[in-house]
Amino acid sequence: MSIEFLVSTAVGVLSAAGIYLVLRGRTFPVVLGLAFMSYAINVFLFASGRLVINQPPIWGKDVAAYTDPLPQALVLTAIVIAFGMTALVVVLALRTYLETGTDQIDGLTDRSPTPLPPPEESAVLGPEASSSQEAGR
Amino acid sequence: MSHWLVAPVLLPALLAPLMLLFLRKRLMESRVLSIASCLSLLALAGLLMAQANDGTIQTYALGDWRAPFGIILVLDRLSALMLMVTAILALAVMIYAVVTGLDRKGWHFHPLFQFQLLGLNGAFLTGDLFNLFVFFEVLLIASYGLMLHGGGAARLKAGVQYVVVNLVGSTLFLVAVGLLYGATGTLNMAHMGQRVAQAPAGDHGLILAGGLLMIAVFALKAAVVPLHFWLPRTYGSTSAPVAALFAIMTKVGAYCILRFTTVVFGDGAGELAWAPAPYLLPAALATMLLGFIGVLGARHLRQLAAFSVIGSMGTLVSAIAVFTPESTAAALYYLPHSTLAAAALFLVADQITRRRGDFGDVLSPSPVFAGAGPLSGLFFLTAIAVVGLPPLSGFPGKLLILDAVRDAPGGWWIWGFILGTTVISLLAFARAGSVLFWKSAATTGEIKASAPVAPVASALVVAGLLASLAALTLAGGPVSAYLNATGEQIYEAGAYGGAVLGPG
Repeated sequence: MSIEFLVSTAVGVLSAAGIYLVLRGRTFPVVLGLAFMSYAINVFLFASGRLVINQPPIWGKDVAAYTDPLPQALVLTAIVIAFGMTALVVVLALRTYLETGTDQIDGLTDRSPTPLPPPEESAVLGPEASSSQEAGR
Repeated sequence: MSHWLVAPVLLPALLAPLMLLFLRKRLMESRVLSIASCLSLLALAGLLMAQANDGTIQTYALGDWRAPFGIILVLDRLSALMLMVTAILALAVMIYAVVTGLDRKGWHFHPLFQFQLLGLNGAFLTGDLFNLFVFFEVLLIASYGLMLHGGGAARLKAGVQYVVVNLVGSTLFLVAVGLLYGATGTLNMAHMGQRVAQAPAGDHGLILAGGLLMIAVFALKAAVVPLHFWLPRTYGSTSAPVAALFAIMTKVGAYCILRFTTVVFGDGAGELAWAPAPYLLPAALATMLLGFIGVLGARHLRQLAAFSVIGSMGTLVSAIAVFTPESTAAALYYLPHSTLAAAALFLVADQITRRRGDFGDVLSPSPVFAGAGPLSGLFFLTAIAVVGLPPLSGFPGKLLILDAVRDAPGGWWIWGFILGTTVISLLAFARAGSVLFWKSAATTGEIKASAPVAPVASALVVAGLLASLAALTLAGGPVSAYLNATGEQIYEAGAYGGAVLGPG
């Protein structure tokens, strides 16, 4: 079995699981789905520089063939951003659950199909703003 | 190479952490610094616009790494225009947020605002696809914070959806980048354009898949049907100044569609030339129709404003999707107009809502509220601008689009949709205005509402936005001359690539 087959099925399974979970109704599976999708993308981006084994990424004296160093840098950036985003979305989902009493993505309560009454705008200081800041840093 | 080019990115990038670290609890200093930053960005945009107006395409190699190895910032007439629109809008929104005290309702409003400007300016300047992704993330992260600013359960619920949708969008962006990099071996847009032109026929499928996926991501940002579902709820539940600032966010999507298609899938791309166009036009027409029908069906003023953003995006993207110099020039006249008009509409809606107490922004008759007279005048003028009636700039904007698409394939469809949706939106705004102001005059009772904060100053901000629309109309001649030159520059074969990669 070739390494291409292995990597491509891994990307496919991860994306399929991610898409399925993202389409769920509650926030926790959705967060997991987003994480799965970002893993799938990281592997995919890595493979976009072609799969080679035992080759150096930058200059070597007696080396004829190289592996592409750029996708590796891209993946690093993507990992950092996805990590921060996951942290943000976890905090956001938690806070929404605490404020609205439901973890349904569409904000409906678990029992009745009618939406919650719109609460008054509160002047509570929003730590979510600061958490997003931390995620961005 | 002029270093001014990097300043619109550098200034907010330096100010934001500075405010975050040293001015956490000093609101006054933060406000002064923020407004000073917006003013300097306006001055910088003016300077860069004057520089770009001589027709040269300037590039700035970050770290002096030459293209296509390093990241390149590119300034042409289109980028300068977008910087200018952003700066004008940011200044108005920032003043409004300060006078109404929005920045007091939570933490870190000013740093987030600067991060937002950093992302926007960067996205308009960069010539590198992955760098564009990074700037998208910067502006999105800032927008999450701004969108949730002030708290409230309704805002949080809409916030979760907004964040999840955009995270999925970012994932798709990376898939598209990976596909295009795998097929062309470069991330620099100009270089990618050249590689696509030389690509063997076997790679066309992969390039097309990557390119169309990229356009889909941009269409998600631009709220083009069927990717518009996130917009009404997000814009309807966030605070008014933030919704007004977000008017430029959809335009980032439109700008990227225009830039990416003309540079990568331009005339030189052979079989792949203008590949996204046939998909864009029907989607844009559907967006236009759905947006303005939404305006007609809206039961809340904020919802009405949000759907009018969708409708105007449809109008804008339909003109862009024709991909001729004339239609692009017309679209670029409509772009600043629709951005500023949408911002004015959100701010007027906020002024009305604040005065109606328990009635909020529901479109139903309420007893007469304080200051209804002057506000009805502002609402009337804003509605004129959004619908596109003379004398404000919506009218010449739509007229230019109609004139430019006359001979294009599908041009008559655009005519029919623009004229039809104008009638629909005219009806919708007439009804909303008469319910809010005329029928209210006949309703007895009293409204319990706290006195509005800084009524004169906030009305002056709206008046300033409307005045800029009037100026856009009055200066129609010089503006059109600049935009026609912009259209020609965008479609001039090899101009962008030559400037970025050097001759040969």
